Amino acid sequence: MKELTCIVCPRGCRLTIDDDLKVTGNSCPRGAEYAVNEMTNPKRMITSFMRVKNRENCVVSVKTSTSIPKRMIFQVMEEINKVGVNAPTNIGDIAIKNVLGTGADIVITKNVK
Amino acid sequence: MIKRDLVIIGGGSAGMAAAIEAKKNGIDDILILEKDGVLGGILNQCIHNGFGLTEFKEELTGPEYLSRFVKQVEELGIEYKLNSLVLDITENKCVTYSNEKDGVVIVEAKAIIFATGCYERSPGAIQLAGDRCSGIITAGTAQKYLNIHGYLVGKRIVILGSGDIGLIMARRMTLEGAKVLCVSEIMPYSNGLNRNIAQCLNDYDIPLYLSRSVLRVEGKSGRVEKVVLAAVDDKMKFIPGTEMEFECDTLLLSVGLIPYVSLLDKLHCEMSSTRGAKVNDQLMTSIPGVFACGNCLHVHDVVDFVTDEGRDAGRGAANYIKGLSEKKKHILVKPGNGVGYVIPQFIETDLNNDITFKFRVRRPVKNVFVNFKSGDALIHKVVKPVLIPSEMVMIKLNKDKLAGLPLDEIEVSLEER
Repeated sequence: MKELTCIVCPRGCRLTIDDDLKVTGNSCPRGAEYAVNEMTNPKRMITSFMRVKNRENCVVSVKTSTSIPKRMIFQVMEEINKVGVNAPTNIGDIAIKNVLGTGADIVITKNVK
Repeated sequence: MIKRDLVIIGGGSAGMAAAIEAKKNGIDDILILEKDGVLGGILNQCIHNGFGLTEFKEELTGPEYLSRFVKQVEELGIEYKLNSLVLDITENKCVTYSNEKDGVVIVEAKAIIFATGCYERSPGAIQLAGDRCSGIITAGTAQKYLNIHGYLVGKRIVILGSGDIGLIMARRMTLEGAKVLCVSEIMPYSNGLNRNIAQCLNDYDIPLYLSRSVLRVEGKSGRVEKVVLAAVDDKMKFIPGTEMEFECDTLLLSVGLIPYVSLLDKLHCEMSSTRGAKVNDQLMTSIPGVFACGNCLHVHDVVDFVTDEGRDAGRGAANYIKGLSEKKKHILVKPGNGVGYVIPQFIETDLNNDITFKFRVRRPVKNVFVNFKSGDALIHKVVKPVLIPSEMVMIKLNKDKLAGLPLDEIEVSLEER
């Protein structure tokens, strides 16, 4: 039996999960899925920024297209910090495809003209 | 003098939503005044995800969320002026603004919507003791430096206050290579969302010390060198012998947000304990034709609710301009036992079928009734399993429930089950 705080949405439900992965306390199916993943393979979204190489003092925000294994957060951060992008950027542009084989892309989240 | 139907002060989430909704309700002559160089307000620096779950049923980052509204503003042809600072506003609804291109301009509006957001409580406001050195910075400012300019303000960080921006910054700075030593909260509970404690602190093993605050800051060299925390008792007095020392170069403050309404002061608007204006069911302040919404009315925890409130103000202003919002009554809404504030503070029109009451509890409570009473008459009762101050509560009441009240007054209060 373990108690967790759901991080799927700002509601932050208090979840309980037992040894058979039965979840209680969730207000939606996504909460149950989160609790099960948290016990088996915890994953997180990452948001950060990348340098815009052809603009002075400019960065552009990015995110992982889907959540990545929690243990790989800092490795993925290193990849994000290695590269820069060139403006103009559009929301949804892919900056790194399938980062470190996680299946997640690094996606631009801001339009820079 | 230039005349406009509706002037909206602030082009953030609240202001853009208000403009879009007013336009959809038949008001064409709208001007948004934004002091920054881009629309979107604070969301520009909130690059983390979690926005838009109510609004779009998906999880967006701040810049993605705001871009959807910028697009609508542009598609609807709503005029906005950037880098335009409002300097003055008068009771007859003349707004003075200035920018580089137009110079100083006075606009006479039929209605004005305040959507000016909030600001961060400063070190002086919490009487922070110790050396006045560099390296003491509010969390939102550090967030702007990092996420907009790409500049990390420190390497070893102590955070005072467990508000959401502080928690989010604990994670952001950790990801960028800083060491966040701890978060210290003077209250016995956190003021941030539970999910942020889980995903921003617990994930990175950052300790949260409750009932502890900064005893003093040391930084004789001119930069923060050490922060000393100590426990406080229930009267917020430091307890001797409980000191904890942290060698660090930065103290981040996340100690509260305050509605930014200095322009309203001059109008002698009736003000609320939220430090925003008091408003009626149309979100109109005590000055006819002047509306308020978003974080300048009361500080929100979720942007989706700001957007929604912006729309309410946009509709309210449209009703006012069209001459529909005649005051038919004056029901006073007040906070009772356990409730900090309630919005709206007055109900004056019959225009809404449902009235949403928004409030915050004073301290965390479990298993309570929320009672809506008028004098001795109970008009509505709701059961709530858990309520905490950091989560705004919204309860909708049909206007029929508000007919024939024994007193021109409603009290919202908590009762133990």
